[in-house]
Amino acid sequence: MSRPGAALLTAPLLLFLLATFVAPIGAFLWRGVTDTEVAPVLPRTVAALAAWDGTATPGEEAFAALVADLRAARAGNPTGLARAAARLNADRPGFRGLLPTTARRVAAPFEGPARDAVLAASGEWADPEAWGAIRHAAGPLSAFHLLAALDLRRDATGSVAPVPEDQRIFRAVLARSLWISLLVTGCCLLLGWPLAWLIATARGWPATLLLAAVMLPFWISLVVRTAAWMVLLQREGLVNAALAAMGLIEAPLPLMLNRFAVVLAMVHILLPFMVLPLVAAFRALDPFLPRAAASLGAAPWWAFLRVTLPLCLPGIGAGCLLVFIQALGFYVTPALLGGPNDQMLAWFVGFYATRSVNWGLAAALSILLLAAVGLCVALYGRLAGFRRSGAA
Amino acid sequence: MGRGLLWGAGVLAALFLLAPIVAILPLSFSAGSFLLYPLPGVSLRWYRDFFASDFWLPALWNSLLVGGAASALATALGTPAAFGLWRMRGAARAVALGVVLAPMVVPVIVVAVALLLAFGPVGLVATHAGLIVAHAALGAPFVVVTVLASLEGFDPVQLRAAAACGAGPVRAFLRVCLPQIAPGVAAGAVFAFATSLDEVVVALFIAGPAQRTLPRQMFAGLNDQISLTTAAAAAMLVGLSVLLLLVVAWLQARARRRSHARDALSPRSS
Repeated sequence: MSRPGAALLTAPLLLFLLATFVAPIGAFLWRGVTDTEVAPVLPRTVAALAAWDGTATPGEEAFAALVADLRAARAGNPTGLARAAARLNADRPGFRGLLPTTARRVAAPFEGPARDAVLAASGEWADPEAWGAIRHAAGPLSAFHLLAALDLRRDATGSVAPVPEDQRIFRAVLARSLWISLLVTGCCLLLGWPLAWLIATARGWPATLLLAAVMLPFWISLVVRTAAWMVLLQREGLVNAALAAMGLIEAPLPLMLNRFAVVLAMVHILLPFMVLPLVAAFRALDPFLPRAAASLGAAPWWAFLRVTLPLCLPGIGAGCLLVFIQALGFYVTPALLGGPNDQMLAWFVGFYATRSVNWGLAAALSILLLAAVGLCVALYGRLAGFRRSGAA
Repeated sequence: MGRGLLWGAGVLAALFLLAPIVAILPLSFSAGSFLLYPLPGVSLRWYRDFFASDFWLPALWNSLLVGGAASALATALGTPAAFGLWRMRGAARAVALGVVLAPMVVPVIVVAVALLLAFGPVGLVATHAGLIVAHAALGAPFVVVTVLASLEGFDPVQLRAAAACGAGPVRAFLRVCLPQIAPGVAAGAVFAFATSLDEVVVALFIAGPAQRTLPRQMFAGLNDQISLTTAAAAAMLVGLSVLLLLVVAWLQARARRRSHARDALSPRSS
């Protein structure tokens, strides 16, 4: 078959994925780098602030533009006004009320400068930061959500600074997600190594049995495996009951809704992803090489360090990255087994998308998550090599 | 390293993998109403409860329906795509492969939230069609990878032979190639079904009350007090998974036998 014909065969799936996967994700992530709520509602204000330097309260021109915009929005586009207020509120708490209140107070015609009327409506407008918030939200492209996802914001003059200590959330979430993933990867490597080595080197039914012990959980639903851990670890769970029956504890131990439970269950769920690449790496290992090293006088640990380990390194790296990538995106297991301080990036993406309807922030957090995953995939590509499958 | 120590550690790791699942399965057969040992007696009451429940039974049908349809769609799109990728070369192939495999690595929460946003305006949220399409996208890479692997054992010279005998490319694919890679295609379909059966995050975000699948209901059942009916549902999901694992193992053994037989007959075998 000709090459164009071959490409044609892939077209239906590619178009399907474009429509159901690539385009939706692209459109969603786009919200993380754009700002579209404010400019259509306050076009004159945005234009009036273009040349403003952000150091002092802007002049009469900006106030008059704000009055004109608010009057037009209140009369013709109240939903847009509410949405713009919600967006500005994300930058500067208080705007959700400030914008509609000001709009109501300046709706009726008044004599004298707009500045006095607006400041009479609310003294907030004397603060350059309030105007800065409008200017930063002018869009269409904006780093606002990405900065927010890193606990950063711009002040009225446009310089980037960390948000106050007590409002920082996401750096801790990011650090926690990376740390949990790292911990899970390390535990998987420690547990997976001897298991993989046995599967690769043992013969007969013990090897088959061990491989089955890896493959079976691999196939069982993630929710079921998380549920199993809940039954084991809950307050009246099997572990507490067993410990109490043996007389080792008097009150039930708090085994669930903490970091320990999250890491334990994640290691259990991801261990097969470590074992299988390790088995492949160990099977490809020439068993005579360590023996050759020994015959040349290397001590066993030296032969391991200088011969076995370097040869297995790509396999180890592949297993670690496979586990790490998946751990980063975990949602269900921390949600069920963790406490409020054990939730990872994925939980916050879901939270901001649905419960607080802040798509921009959800998208910015997703961009962070995807960037971390993308970095790992690129590393994986270099280590394991995206092997070309297919005949010549 | 001592061989005994190695065995000890390896067996412990294997037990760690199996123990939680083995520990909860018998509980679903309990005659009592607590998730504890010893069982006060053995009964099927929680399974009766499951099949009488309008919380669980529709979820079972939804899981089978969505899984079956998503698997069919993923297989119908993925099999020709794998064949095309197998014949493609160069940058176009790398890009196509990247797009096809992306659903395997993109965190599923991103997919779920993006689909919620995209499906809303087109009326696909809270519909069976929406969930099926989403699960098909997530399952398609598994079909492509499995079929690509089985194509490695297929000799492309046969396609030229078919062409020389007057078969068009479609006919050659359907009559010569497809029968030989059929076990791989079937295994891919099972993988896609299993992916849908396991999937909970997308179902949480885009399914409505009428599309709730078994894992989705389990997630809801786990948020408050865990009932023994939930344990029965878990046991049924485990049973389904084991069944799928056995089917795939059988298909792969068949594919291997076929390729051995072919190697023995083929003049190119060394």
